[in-house]
Amino acid sequence: MSVVTNTTTIGAIEAPSRRNTELALLAFAVAIPVFAYLNVGLAIDGKVPAGMAGYGLGLALLAGVAHLVVRKWAPYSDPLLLPLATLLNGMGLVLIWRLDQSPRLIATSMRLYKSFSPDAPSQMMYSAVGIAMFVGVLLLLKDHRVLQRYTYISMVVSLVLLLLPLVPGLGADVFGAKIWIRVGGFSIQPGEFAKLVLAVFFSGYLMVKRDALALASRRFMGLYLPRGRDLGPILTIWAVSLLILVFENDLGTSLLFFGMFVIMLYVATERTSWIVMGLLMAVAGAAVVGSTASHVKSRVAAWLDPFGCLETATDQNMLNACDQMTQVLMSFGSGGILGTGLGQGNSDLISFAANSDFIFATVGEELGLAGVMVFLLLYGLIVERGIRTALAARDPFGKLLAMGLSGAFALQIFVVAGGVMGLIPLTGMTMPFLAYGGSSVIANWALIGILIRISDTARRPAPAPAPSPDAEMTQVVRP
Amino acid sequence: MSELTLTVMRLGFLAVLWLFVIVAVQVIRSDLFGTRVTQRGSRRQDARPQQNTRQQAAAPPQQRGQQPPAGGRQRRGAPTKLVVSEGTLTGTTVALQGQTITLGRAHDSTIVLDDDYASSRHARIYPDRDGQWIVEDLGSTNGTYLDRTRLTTATPIPLGAPIRIGKTVIELRK
Repeated sequence: MSVVTNTTTIGAIEAPSRRNTELALLAFAVAIPVFAYLNVGLAIDGKVPAGMAGYGLGLALLAGVAHLVVRKWAPYSDPLLLPLATLLNGMGLVLIWRLDQSPRLIATSMRLYKSFSPDAPSQMMYSAVGIAMFVGVLLLLKDHRVLQRYTYISMVVSLVLLLLPLVPGLGADVFGAKIWIRVGGFSIQPGEFAKLVLAVFFSGYLMVKRDALALASRRFMGLYLPRGRDLGPILTIWAVSLLILVFENDLGTSLLFFGMFVIMLYVATERTSWIVMGLLMAVAGAAVVGSTASHVKSRVAAWLDPFGCLETATDQNMLNACDQMTQVLMSFGSGGILGTGLGQGNSDLISFAANSDFIFATVGEELGLAGVMVFLLLYGLIVERGIRTALAARDPFGKLLAMGLSGAFALQIFVVAGGVMGLIPLTGMTMPFLAYGGSSVIANWALIGILIRISDTARRPAPAPAPSPDAEMTQVVRP
Repeated sequence: MSELTLTVMRLGFLAVLWLFVIVAVQVIRSDLFGTRVTQRGSRRQDARPQQNTRQQAAAPPQQRGQQPPAGGRQRRGAPTKLVVSEGTLTGTTVALQGQTITLGRAHDSTIVLDDDYASSRHARIYPDRDGQWIVEDLGSTNGTYLDRTRLTTATPIPLGAPIRIGKTVIELRK
């Protein structure tokens, strides 16, 4: 006779509210970037940098506001998410500021645009907006299950966001990838926000449809093959992500959305066949597009043989891609195990997008393998906390949403770090929190906000179990 | 700035970064080692065999040969789980896999009811030869109600119909 195993609950033993732990970690997370700032200043100018106090206070203020809001409105939430995000954001600010000091990058900027403006102050402003977004999510979203009502609206919104860069006049072609829109002087990357909205749609949709997708299937060679009509959604998402790839020339975004869908499909249905099918479809799609679209082709060439393609490059675009890739690899290589020290590397030789797409190369050179590992672990911990939240969540929608968001986050790290290190072809995505870019920072703070909201609901203490029922007599209902 | 100072700062910074990671992992140590996994069914595993032999003697013989149907090949429209929708156990679900489910305050019940108005062996739910799920009152003090009617004989359960035992309401769902 089968034993009932479907009633598993997972809960932590400790006291549920860990706000003081969070505060202590947050203080640590603010102190580290200040130390890094000092480090950079001493290495470059030989004196304590002038902006250190203001910078440290700014970061501490943002972290403090975020902490107070969490303490008030999400008291049982996870204690690690906020400090981890704050540390990554703070380190990103330091690295961007460090690249602002580089004479090489200033010279390049003067030559190309006849002007140079430091990026660190605007990144500080974006961080403030990001924290405001985080606070806004916590204040407005009292219960994440509300989002379930907007399942199909989310689908429409995310499709609109994804297609916005293709609208003539609004979209902007920045160095080959059409993932930007220009609104009143600001460049916005709608894909970053589409990631959040799409996760809401996927969780709402899969929560309703997962039984049909999981149970109505035939077994074939150890895999559950779904019925033809259930293939509809995965084929649609695949087609949409391929369209993004073809029309927006952005491998990263399309990989992110398709991957997120496959992850959530797997989590919802527990069928390995979806992963197998998803991988096959992704490889097939990428192979076709990679051999036809020229922008993607140059990235692939730079990935396969960066040094060789410097000589065989056929056009300027491909030459640039190969040049970047070689510089990045040299940068990681010269960092070695312990790195050259903050402010003492030559990662500014990557003349283009050094502080956005390639910021991880600066980490690799100046902090070495030891530093790269720390950053990957920090990201890994954020993902772990997200998945932990999904495990602890009591409602299926919250489970899927937390899983989808942390899966997308993990996938983004993989795509960016893997691209920069030469594991996969380079894509134009940003390292969350670390890289320069307003949309990325703001959207990722919103993501952390949603995760904190779900984890607050999930970790709220359950009512205490009642004493043994056999101790009392059965009472008789008296009419 | 001297070379030595910079080297010390460089290594010190890496040490501080690693320290943060270690502290962060310490904070979630309880997740790795202190997790409490509660399996509500497993505690009563040892009590099962006797219970089953007793039931097989009394209950219709078809239960013995019936294997739990695999998840993917269930009859269309058949319920797949039992859900507690009211009472202290609200939200508990039990997968229906051809097994008999006993309800009551006794510790060896499949669903242990924490309810003063329930008897220790209150009711049971089992599938008949066709896979139709049946609820039967086991001579309880306060009775078992299907919708509004008190059960007197074994009765088939329509999908989604509330079965009330004391303050607890359960129903079968797809």
